[in-house]
Amino acid sequence: MNNNCEFHIGVDIGSTTVKVVVLDDNKQIRFKRYQRHHSRSRETAAEMLREALDAIGSDAPVTVAFSGSAALKAAAAAGLPFVQEVFATRVAVRERVGEADVVVELGGEDAKILFLTNGAEERMNGSCAGGTGAFIDQMASLLSLSLPELDKLSFEHKHIYHIASRCGVFAKSDIQPLLNQGAVKSDIAASIYQSIVSQTIAGLAQGREIKGRVCFLGGPLTFLKGLRERFVKTMELDGAHAVFPEDAEYYVAIGAALRGGEGEKMLPGEILDRLLNAQKQDDASDALPPLFESKEAYEAFRLRHGKNAVPRADLASYAGDAWVGIDAGSTTTKLVLIDGEGRLLFRYYASNHGDPLSVVRAQLIAIREQCGARVRIRGAAVTGYGEELIKNAFRCDEGIVETTAHYYAAKAFNPDVDFIIDIGGQDMKCFKLRRGVVDSIMLNEACSSGCGSFIEAFASALGHSPAEFARLGLFAKKPVNLGSRCTVFMNSSVKQAQNDGAGVDDISAGLSVSVVKNAVYKVIRARKAAELGENIVVQGGTFLNDAILRAFEMEIGRDVTRPEIAGLMGAYGAALYSRERGGSESSLMALAELRDFSCSARSTRCGLCLNRCRLTINTFSGGRRFVSGNRCEKPLGGRDSDIPDAYEFKKELLMAFRPRENAPLGKIGLPMGLGLYELLPFWHTLLTEIGFEVAHSGLSTRDLYLQGQHTIPSDTVCYPAKLAHGHIERLLAEGVTTIFNPCLPYNFDQGMGDNHYNCPVVAFYPELLLANIPRLKEKNVRYLAPYMAPHATKSFPGLAAKYFRQTFGVKPGVTRAAVKKAYKAYEDYQEAVYAFGDRALAWAGEHNAQSIILAGRPYHIDPEINHGIHKLLTQLGLVTLSEDCLRPRGYSNVSVLNQWTYHSRLYAAAKYVTEHERVQLVQLISFGCGLDAITSDEVKEILERGERIYTLIKIDEISNLGAAKIRLRSLIEATK
Amino acid sequence: MAELIYDETGRLLFTEEMRREYTILVPMMLPIHMTFLTRVLAQNGFQVELLSSVNREIVDLGLESVHNDTCYPALLVIGQMMEALQSGRYDLDKVALIITQTGGGCRASNYIHLLRKALKKRGLAHIPVISFNLAGMEKNPGFRFPVKVYVELLGIIVYADLIMNLSNQTRPYELHPGQTDALVEAWTRRLLDMHLSLRRLKRSLAQITADFAAIPMNREAQKVTVGVVGEIYIKYAALGNNNLERLLADEGCEVVVPGLLDFIIFMGDHHVVDTKRYRIKFKKGLVSLLIKVVFSFFQRRLIGAVRTQPVFRAPADFGTIKRLAGGYVSDGNKMGEGWLLTGEMLELIHAGIGNIICTQPFGCLPNHIVGKGMIRAIREDHKDANIVAIDYDPGATRTNQENRIKLMLTIAREKLQNQ
Repeated sequence: MNNNCEFHIGVDIGSTTVKVVVLDDNKQIRFKRYQRHHSRSRETAAEMLREALDAIGSDAPVTVAFSGSAALKAAAAAGLPFVQEVFATRVAVRERVGEADVVVELGGEDAKILFLTNGAEERMNGSCAGGTGAFIDQMASLLSLSLPELDKLSFEHKHIYHIASRCGVFAKSDIQPLLNQGAVKSDIAASIYQSIVSQTIAGLAQGREIKGRVCFLGGPLTFLKGLRERFVKTMELDGAHAVFPEDAEYYVAIGAALRGGEGEKMLPGEILDRLLNAQKQDDASDALPPLFESKEAYEAFRLRHGKNAVPRADLASYAGDAWVGIDAGSTTTKLVLIDGEGRLLFRYYASNHGDPLSVVRAQLIAIREQCGARVRIRGAAVTGYGEELIKNAFRCDEGIVETTAHYYAAKAFNPDVDFIIDIGGQDMKCFKLRRGVVDSIMLNEACSSGCGSFIEAFASALGHSPAEFARLGLFAKKPVNLGSRCTVFMNSSVKQAQNDGAGVDDISAGLSVSVVKNAVYKVIRARKAAELGENIVVQGGTFLNDAILRAFEMEIGRDVTRPEIAGLMGAYGAALYSRERGGSESSLMALAELRDFSCSARSTRCGLCLNRCRLTINTFSGGRRFVSGNRCEKPLGGRDSDIPDAYEFKKELLMAFRPRENAPLGKIGLPMGLGLYELLPFWHTLLTEIGFEVAHSGLSTRDLYLQGQHTIPSDTVCYPAKLAHGHIERLLAEGVTTIFNPCLPYNFDQGMGDNHYNCPVVAFYPELLLANIPRLKEKNVRYLAPYMAPHATKSFPGLAAKYFRQTFGVKPGVTRAAVKKAYKAYEDYQEAVYAFGDRALAWAGEHNAQSIILAGRPYHIDPEINHGIHKLLTQLGLVTLSEDCLRPRGYSNVSVLNQWTYHSRLYAAAKYVTEHERVQLVQLISFGCGLDAITSDEVKEILERGERIYTLIKIDEISNLGAAKIRLRSLIEATK
Repeated sequence: MAELIYDETGRLLFTEEMRREYTILVPMMLPIHMTFLTRVLAQNGFQVELLSSVNREIVDLGLESVHNDTCYPALLVIGQMMEALQSGRYDLDKVALIITQTGGGCRASNYIHLLRKALKKRGLAHIPVISFNLAGMEKNPGFRFPVKVYVELLGIIVYADLIMNLSNQTRPYELHPGQTDALVEAWTRRLLDMHLSLRRLKRSLAQITADFAAIPMNREAQKVTVGVVGEIYIKYAALGNNNLERLLADEGCEVVVPGLLDFIIFMGDHHVVDTKRYRIKFKKGLVSLLIKVVFSFFQRRLIGAVRTQPVFRAPADFGTIKRLAGGYVSDGNKMGEGWLLTGEMLELIHAGIGNIICTQPFGCLPNHIVGKGMIRAIREDHKDANIVAIDYDPGATRTNQENRIKLMLTIAREKLQNQ
């Protein structure tokens, strides 16, 4: 290179890669390099710096500056200049792109939006916005595709599925069922991209519109053309307004070089010295005790667990009866064939590569071929996520819920088993057994999935195979303490550990410990080992990892049983179950049929009701069809049953409130969100009676959510609150110019608790909507969010009269009369709901049916919030009640402060259940609901004191009901 | 162990006997205030210990003791207590716990119940828990004071607020490092000797202010000034916010933290407001009005004292903050920090401190609305406002938080340069 000018070096150490650029005096790029660092960030940076300095080819002083999330500590330790990365981006954009209004940058794990004009603002993803680049990597490996393949496929999509946009784990639990149901990969690829776009808009822009000239930066947006397309299309940008500059992945490094250019010059040698000699600080991350102190200890451990083997028999020579068990898991498929003594004739365990059908088909062919005429297959049972699809495709005899399958298998190893924990690819199931029935189930809720596939993803990100990665951890001297929070957050914990100089072995061991801690404290929520049980059986592929098994034993301080076939337990249990059923001949496809088998999948939307379920229709060879994704029998040609369903009943009751036409005061809008779900009868009547045409915004839909999502300021608030934004948009779209949305700190007092508050979100969200939806002001909408207290029946009529006189000139007498009617309407509504409850319970008695109280909040009746869970119940033949259709039964004394109206009902419902044998309770919780952290523990305690099973279902914007189904089916099994 | 006596609701009482024999553990929040508190209690015959431990075990024990999605402050406070109980430092038959109780529709009113649940689960239900509050909730026979002690407790808030405010203004500029902290300690002792007398309040406040003003300072180099607002525990407690004040000090910033007085007046005020707005009576009505009137008086005295030294920036009074918030949220918004949080951000901006860190526990319900929910509207009216919202929880890493704070500081420095 030319020696006559000065050089400025910028180094960007990101979460997964290092970028180095050298600029000359004219700000031209003279050298650039991009490389993954596999957690050796400092060493990689130093090597690349040396290359850059070699390329410059002189010893003249240069400037250098570091940037990027992983450079913070390195630069500080080395005493080298650091430029905050968003700031660096801004500097680079100003220099190279010029006028741009917004910058969207996606990196390995960071996402940023910079608003450059009209009040500069810079936003980065917060603690709950998972991966971007790393997320695409994860998704690609889930689909067994390379990034270019994924990108290419995305252009062939026909449909976009909704995939949760918040973080990788959510998306995974959306994608997996799609895969298992046979959805097309090209559609999924495009849907993954779309989820990133939504994430960027909802999570980052937070109420600020992305408009003007938008500049796209970062690796993923440089390499992935399909992703670009989704951004451009969604943001409705034309060519002039979407800028994809050259060297986009280097912008942070360029910015650092530019900014650093203003600083002091240093000798190249000195820069390298400082970087390499900088003391590694390992203060922040405290170490855990090693998993094994010595090789001997490990050997003893191996020996102890080696005892739990299953006898084998040779299929090639075996003649007689046999049973097939299939576990179509989320990421892996397991098959076994057993004989009458439970001996293993055949076993299979492998990743399903996103295509469980063909994996199962190939193995069934192998089994049938080896069996020949010697072996008679008397039964085939299937369990797991893909249960229904596999069962229908290959005509298996039984489909059983996973908990049952695992119990059958565990019993074979330890007849006294009282606790089973199964950690699979992406789900974790734990259950207690009491007197031979499943007593309580703990599944990882949507936010803490991860588990096995999570470790795999980390292993490959750090450049190791999963097995090798696990082995490294066994003898790590100082495992890193990564905490026990949801595994998504682990990305940044690992990043921090790397910053602090932890080695791969320490990270591997640390991850094992954290997976275990997550299971013990987050999923099981155990306080003491004794709580788990005396006879613990651990299973699932993840426990084949000795590091995790060891970490688990250390954490609970007790030896456990790990069957040699830990990964096959679901399939083994299914086969044992099938054997117990004692059928004489399996209906499983014969060899010729299996060979001819083919399947095509197509997706469509069901138009038969408001839920508009996304259906996947699999057509098998011979024209048989299997529909999945439905929540009721309608698309299958069935009709709604006559089983009582309080959710359906309440919904219809509320939707019957229609506007009065030709109202003297004109139209007023009521957004159907949060508190209004219960108080609609009250406010609707009041406003109608004083002379308004009351237009409420109706039930929520996915589209409604999307219309409002760009104005949501806090991405961790509950989904029901987020939907409120869409309801305002819908009212605006309908041309409503006056909106009434009162703030109610207090709800009606039903005398059931110490107080009768609303939760802070229900109480005050109306104010937030005004502050965050710019269109309300732009359109000069009269948005009224008065603070009111209708529970104070003495003072409210007068105060309301005053308010409506001042606001609309309504005569006080009119309002007073209207208030009277409103109270009556509310009472009538409640009475109707109570009466329904009475009827439903009577019906259950007459038909000898089980009833379930689906205990949540009034707003949980919205189909977009409950995702049709109540229909799942009626489908299973259960009478569905809600927490508010039980008549109030007076004050209930609980061990927490019972001070919220809605929540008091939960405690009362739990008490009711403990007194009624044929009624069960399932608690419905919205993700992000802080109050339910308190109520769920308490409800559980009440139920368990009454020897009843507590079942919890967490819901969010995800409409995948897989986990909910497992819980509900297990509950039914257990209460049979 | 003392005899265990329960009240009619089954609550374990802190008895006279316990007062003589037990050590009361106090969780740390505001160092200056809490030091005063423990020493006052000690002067009155209690054995008190302030829990200042900061380690990872606290978080782990918190996770084990309460539901993971419980607010982070509850998790930390309870974790800190469990850590202490487990440490072997105390005789578990002769120890009691104390925790504040606020009341209101926020989850925070449940802390004390969660603490009791946690004790029960660990088989420690025999350890009494004292509710510390101004509203007369949960009385205990062994935790009663003569009137003069109540006066001292009032004095703590006024004096500690003043000392915190002034020391924050002198520490970044002091010529001789350590001088500010030495003065804080000196005045703490002196005030305790005076039993935090409020008799010559005006004079004492002025004296303290003058002493701090006398610290030799270098005011030449302009420093970035950063306001810290948010959920009350996370805002104040180093354990909660990963030692945010230290981080900012290391970055060469001056930190402005609103005092406790505002929050206390706020607690009284919202009852008064609700009584008027909804025309309903509250049991605590009169007490609330009294709290509001008395503390507002103290606050005026405090502000008056700070104003005597032009070198210091005086905080705005409660009424001003309330007026500022009024354009954004109603004063009926009362759960958690309620409208006060919005008001504090606005007050800082109006005082020329446009760089603000809004701290909150991950998923804090009121802060969805009055914190994060109002930032957009505030920015719209104050284009220069440089506000960053930081979430704190057991999983959030320091790197992520620091990175976001650094971004805010970079913009702040740029602004400072362009001035």
